[in-house]
Amino acid sequence: MVTPHDAGLAVLELKGIGKEFGAIRALHGVDLRVSPGEVVGLMGDNGAGKSTLVKIIAGNFPPSHGEIRFDGKPVHFARPIDARAIGIEVVYQDLALADNLTAAANVFLGRELTRKVGPFALLDHKAMAARALELFGELRSETRPHDLVKQMSGGQRQAVAIARTRLSNAKLVMMDEPTAAISVRQVEQVLSLIHRLKEQGVAVMLISHRMPDVFAVCDRVVVMRRGEKRADKAIGDTSPEEVTSLITGAKEAA
Amino acid sequence: MATPLDSPITFTNVSKAKWWQSGLFASQTGYVLLALIALVVVMNFASPYFLTEGNIQNVAKNFSFIAIATLGVTFVIITGGIDLSVGSVMCFSAMITSMVMTHISTPGMPGADWFVHLADDGKTVIANLPGLILLVSILAGLGVALIVGLVNGFCIAVLGLSPFVTTLGMLSIVRGLGYVVSNGRGSFPSGPEASYFYTLTSGVVFGMPAPFIYLVVLAVAMAVVLHHTSFGRHVFAIGGNEKAAALTGISVVRVKIEIYVICALAAGLQGIIICGWLGSAPANMATSYELNVIAAAVIGGANLAGGAGGPLGAIVGCVLLEVIRNGLVLAQVNSYWQQTLVGVIIIAAVLVDRLRSRMA
Repeated sequence: MVTPHDAGLAVLELKGIGKEFGAIRALHGVDLRVSPGEVVGLMGDNGAGKSTLVKIIAGNFPPSHGEIRFDGKPVHFARPIDARAIGIEVVYQDLALADNLTAAANVFLGRELTRKVGPFALLDHKAMAARALELFGELRSETRPHDLVKQMSGGQRQAVAIARTRLSNAKLVMMDEPTAAISVRQVEQVLSLIHRLKEQGVAVMLISHRMPDVFAVCDRVVVMRRGEKRADKAIGDTSPEEVTSLITGAKEAA
Repeated sequence: MATPLDSPITFTNVSKAKWWQSGLFASQTGYVLLALIALVVVMNFASPYFLTEGNIQNVAKNFSFIAIATLGVTFVIITGGIDLSVGSVMCFSAMITSMVMTHISTPGMPGADWFVHLADDGKTVIANLPGLILLVSILAGLGVALIVGLVNGFCIAVLGLSPFVTTLGMLSIVRGLGYVVSNGRGSFPSGPEASYFYTLTSGVVFGMPAPFIYLVVLAVAMAVVLHHTSFGRHVFAIGGNEKAAALTGISVVRVKIEIYVICALAAGLQGIIICGWLGSAPANMATSYELNVIAAAVIGGANLAGGAGGPLGAIVGCVLLEVIRNGLVLAQVNSYWQQTLVGVIIIAAVLVDRLRSRMA
């Protein structure tokens, strides 16, 4: 079977990415390819360079060395909004939702649909609710567009945060610890949300400490340690034990 | 890219909120409104004068004198900020408006000959262009409010100072400037157009006090802006989760500066209206009004932690305060009790909201 990874159609390609903060070398020589519809688990201990890597891809700061190619073209991001414009979305750990607004309002926050009424641009509530319901449907989440986010379960909140990334038809979604703070049943929901993204050809990078979740949804696991990529293996070729020893350094590289 | 749904989405696990658990009925504004209606009914039985046309007009006029500023402060409170400088801005704008009007209506003053000339009798002052003096002096008053709002917004949004400290400082700065420009003396609008000014600010239109009409128009505009524009949505989002708002690409700095400017302009307009009603702008005008204004907003359901509030609440809060004041007078209760009662109501309104959200 030819996986999309072998076929050479990378949505994201990193070559020799390095990052220094003053005298501290946070990342060194990281190469990475992510293909459409592929779920890549990014693992590593605290300080291994995971979040630095994610922040570079998301446009929070530029790399000191190396090249980022997105859809085959080299890209440079000055701000996160540049990365979002070409189709890279991040679902933050704390989800970045406004509790006092409805699900639909959160999905469309910062890019509201409006319609012209005379000289004024007024919100198009109906269109936004309809589109949000459609997105929740795609994600199989029982979430009403008009419900307030503060009344929702952790799984529903994840669905709202992920629906936001679907709105722009992102090609790469990076999820930072999406299963860290929610119940077992809700973890199931979130993992199925990731499956939905995969079905629709979206590449997902899952940053997680939870080994079972990574092994449940990922096609590939990438292990970072001390700012370098130590392993990049198909999930079938490795085991939780091996990954653990790579993370802790018991095994240097694989 | 949408995949066809296997089946339309169902909500077996998620119940729909009952109508009385959502919207106005579940908000603090809702039951403060109920309390207000109950109070009006009680007052109607307690005093035969309460629901007379004269008294209603009186109440309408009196609450209009703080309600426009309350609308402005409500914007700020929704974002989780506070503006303590509104009382000072009311006074300063009123003062600048009346001083500018007096200045440019006095022939011989620098620049005044652009606006007025003396009639042939050598005594009567005549405006060169009717309405121009009025326009310029009101714009001058609103202009200083605009500057105060910009400074507040700059310090809070760009420099990152706390809204409480910034506007507390501004309260003192603006009040001080008021004393400086007036030398502590009050000023009163005069000149050929002063009568237009009084008509505009304290006249009666269709049997209603003019300030009340401005209030209704501004409140409707505010409701539309808050609930039907992107700007309003962003105001609520900043109050709910400022970090999230920034992450979604909302220009938090810009929205914050805009709301402090809106608040200051509302206070300035309010001050100009009060000046027309009083017939002068004394240097101690509207002292400590910021507390009444914030109290009214909070009673009406604006949450000081941010994320909730609206024009209806602001008005309900103002009306409630005024009806209580008016009621105590009609019931011949010692008027010193007023402040005590207002304090009790502030705490009670917030307490009831807390109990309700615990039960939900």
